[in-house]
Amino acid sequence: MKIKLSKKWLASPYIIWMVGFIVLPLITIFIYGFTAVDGGFTFENIINAAKDKVNMKALGLSLIISAISTVICFLLAYPLAMCLNNLKMKRKTFVAFLFILPMWLNFTLQMTAINALLEQEGIINLVLTKLGIEPLQIANTPTAIVIGMVIDYFPFMLLPIYNVISRIDHRLIEASKDLGANSVKTFFKIIFPLSLPGVISGITMVFIPAISDFAIAEILGGGRLLLIGNIIEQDFKLGRYNGGSGLALILMAFVLITMAVTSAKSDKEGGHML
Amino acid sequence: MKIKGFLRGFGNFIQRFYIVFLLIILYLPTAVLVMMSFNENTSTFEWTGFSIEKYKMLFENEDILESVVTTVGIGLLSALISTVLGTLACIGIMAMSRKLQTVIKTTTNIPMLNADIVTAIAFMLFFVRFFGGLGTHTVLIAHITLTLPYVILNVLPKITQFDYKIYEAALDLGATNFQAFRKVMLPDIMPGVITGFIFAATLSFNDFTLTYFTKPAGFETISTKIYSAVRTKGIRPEHYALATILFVIVLLILFIVNYKGNKNEGKKDK
Repeated sequence: MKIKLSKKWLASPYIIWMVGFIVLPLITIFIYGFTAVDGGFTFENIINAAKDKVNMKALGLSLIISAISTVICFLLAYPLAMCLNNLKMKRKTFVAFLFILPMWLNFTLQMTAINALLEQEGIINLVLTKLGIEPLQIANTPTAIVIGMVIDYFPFMLLPIYNVISRIDHRLIEASKDLGANSVKTFFKIIFPLSLPGVISGITMVFIPAISDFAIAEILGGGRLLLIGNIIEQDFKLGRYNGGSGLALILMAFVLITMAVTSAKSDKEGGHML
Repeated sequence: MKIKGFLRGFGNFIQRFYIVFLLIILYLPTAVLVMMSFNENTSTFEWTGFSIEKYKMLFENEDILESVVTTVGIGLLSALISTVLGTLACIGIMAMSRKLQTVIKTTTNIPMLNADIVTAIAFMLFFVRFFGGLGTHTVLIAHITLTLPYVILNVLPKITQFDYKIYEAALDLGATNFQAFRKVMLPDIMPGVITGFIFAATLSFNDFTLTYFTKPAGFETISTKIYSAVRTKGIRPEHYALATILFVIVLLILFIVNYKGNKNEGKKDK
């Protein structure tokens, strides 16, 4: 009993840290979001943020770009997870490792490299011109941002899906086949439903960073396309804390909605493997 | 039978093709960075010949080198602090009631799940309003907070597996609490602690958004340095060399971690 008491106490520095640096900063956003510059309580920040056409256009663009990126990531990652799972054990771990590795590379450098590929006078166009093909015009377009997001966030979609699929009990699949179901039916009745927690986890892990991004849009959009994150960033860099907080609260609402929709089924362990 | 075998072979081929195809796409940016780092040409992407000139430029660029030192310093220090705080917290959390555990775990996950930009501006506002502005310490605090959940995620399972009877046996044999912790418990949970530390350090090295909002003027990590450079003038020759070196380091670290993980348990993490 004595040991238990002394052990609980060990968490106290952490709990103080958590309250001080997780809870209080979040409360600070609410304070700024709901107060005017002079300090009085107001809903103006949020109402104004929601009324502003530029803001809403940016929010719309963010929603579209992040939804498209998430869907593409899913459509690419799901079959890949199945393919990886079919590999022989030893090779499986290594190939999966190769796919997860880019997660640990410096994200700004990755974006820069993608920009070097897509630019008007970038590598892809250089090759195309050499081959006598019309150069692509995707630099500084939403397409460029989507490509950047898909490449950058892909591992975060693949990892939870792969984790779940590789853990599916083979006996279930065999049983389904023994009972006369064909491959398609087995997939839709057994494999897909069982992999759903991973899918949902992957969607959250791609959609939330994508909808709140500003750096990818800045680098690959050439500073001309504004996502909601870019507007928040500008507000804060220019010292418009109250208005920026209002907008951040709107963004947070979207994050919370996403989490609420997905958390019911999300696989908590899915995303946390190296 | 023959047709079936052929179909299976064809299916395997398609699968391999798909895997290789995606690997190529995913590694294209890295390949560009590595190739360009050895390209003699510094103004366009055209290949004009092999050269290590860009590496020389990197090692002569003091601004970038300084940002590397800052990044490593902040990364190691924040990882160290969050590993110590996190490990102690895990031991404490295990001794708590289920309900309290859930509350703490949920709060811990907030910075991991929330949008980075929201966490970052929350910090910025908090520091500006209550800490009297931004400094190196605010970046450090932000990084520790960001990495703590990952430390806990790695250490908590090890502590759950740990058999407290051995710990109590050590106490019965006359060890103090600290001795029992250091000699009995710590060696047992060490793999989780080390993975947690490496996780934390890597996250900190690669962080962009939190650093960007919590850093004072003139303070640059690799990420913020490159971001501001690329934003204004586009990619510079030294960046390719830096990217290549960083890639090799990440590769080495991950190989070491995975190898260790395999040796210890057969499988890393969960």
